[in-house]
Amino acid sequence: MKKSRYINGIGAVTAQGIWRTDFFTESQPLQQAVNAAQQPSYRELISPAMARRMSRGIKMGIYAAQQALDEAQIDIPDAIITGTGLGCSEDSEKFLRNILDNDEEFLTPTAFIQSTHNTVAAQIALRLGCKGYNFTYVNRSVSFESALLDASMQLQDAEATDILVGGVDEVSDHTFRLLQLVGHIKPSDVHETIHDSNSPGANYAESATFFTLSQQKTAYSYCEVQDINLQNKLSQGDLAAFTKEFLERNGLHAGDIDALVLGYNGDKEFDGWYDIFECIFPSIPSIYYKHLIGQCDTSSAFAVATAAKLIREQIIPAIIQRNQVTLDRPLRNVLLYNQFRGEDHSLVLLRSC
Amino acid sequence: MAELKEELKGKIIEVLNLEDIAVADIADSDPLFGEGLGLDSIDALELIVLMDKEYGIKLSDPKQGKSIFQSIDTMAAYIAENRTK
Repeated sequence: MKKSRYINGIGAVTAQGIWRTDFFTESQPLQQAVNAAQQPSYRELISPAMARRMSRGIKMGIYAAQQALDEAQIDIPDAIITGTGLGCSEDSEKFLRNILDNDEEFLTPTAFIQSTHNTVAAQIALRLGCKGYNFTYVNRSVSFESALLDASMQLQDAEATDILVGGVDEVSDHTFRLLQLVGHIKPSDVHETIHDSNSPGANYAESATFFTLSQQKTAYSYCEVQDINLQNKLSQGDLAAFTKEFLERNGLHAGDIDALVLGYNGDKEFDGWYDIFECIFPSIPSIYYKHLIGQCDTSSAFAVATAAKLIREQIIPAIIQRNQVTLDRPLRNVLLYNQFRGEDHSLVLLRSC
Repeated sequence: MAELKEELKGKIIEVLNLEDIAVADIADSDPLFGEGLGLDSIDALELIVLMDKEYGIKLSDPKQGKSIFQSIDTMAAYIAENRTK
């Protein structure tokens, strides 16, 4: 028998600040090529002695994780699973710069220790005293979805009851300069929102988004994670078949989907994928979110947060709706689609509970 | 020696990223580990690298560190006596 997987808690630190009830009413579209997250105060969660060694990504991850646990009223999860595209890139850069600047001598331990991709999951576990399954997926733009898939399977197989799952990526100077050089990030002198974008590349931002995923439904449950599918390579011609197959294995057809949450990021060369996807589902609300929180390898985690909130509240804030279709029925099945530069396609199906 | 101690305090704050501590907050005789600045074993490794990089002092015997890193006073005295740059 298929076990349920409920989202019982959400936490996030983004360019629009932390996850909160008025998140969408207080947000403004990003226009900068590179955006730092609005950092909350970490003093209540992380001692100054610990915080001094942590990069922003680690602190953001710890904060978002605690928010998700608090909302679900879970002290220690059975497992911690994270996804990250670039890991703790700030410390990686620091360590590598030290190697170059000091001719491979005088290598300090802190940057090395903190530079690994699993640092965030490890630091969360250390802080909580969680000795359970701890895993980090580094699969570019499906890093978070890979973590979510693992968490879903762990719950399905009854390996765990409550799982903390999240995605985190931080901004770092050198790496982001390189991403700008290769055109993944818009040039610094281009100030476009996703809505009025007319150029290649995306506005990037750092973010951390975490969820408490549980077998048990509670009074706080947002929705249920119904299914996840990942596909590295896909042609635009196969997108409809890929989606249809996913829906069919869940006993659904296109008409059963009540809203879409799409990963439009303002890259003129690749946003066409979402236009094609929208055409499979005419006349339902289409929602986007990266104009608020920016692009990074794990920004699609925020799509899950967005969809979960919509399902629970049954309201679509105007700032995240792309089309003009009025919501005329209950939001029951919400389908999320993300890709990055035509690769790493992911579908996530959320259902009201 | 006073100048070296001030320089050392500044370097320690910078290297260990002691965000809320200023040079003036560190007394020359304050213990660096435990009750004083509250440094730990990872910081000790950072201090060993600092001694090597900034003053050309290689600590081959880790046991030495315990006495050398007691306070700014002991560190400065050891550096003044053994520095090669």
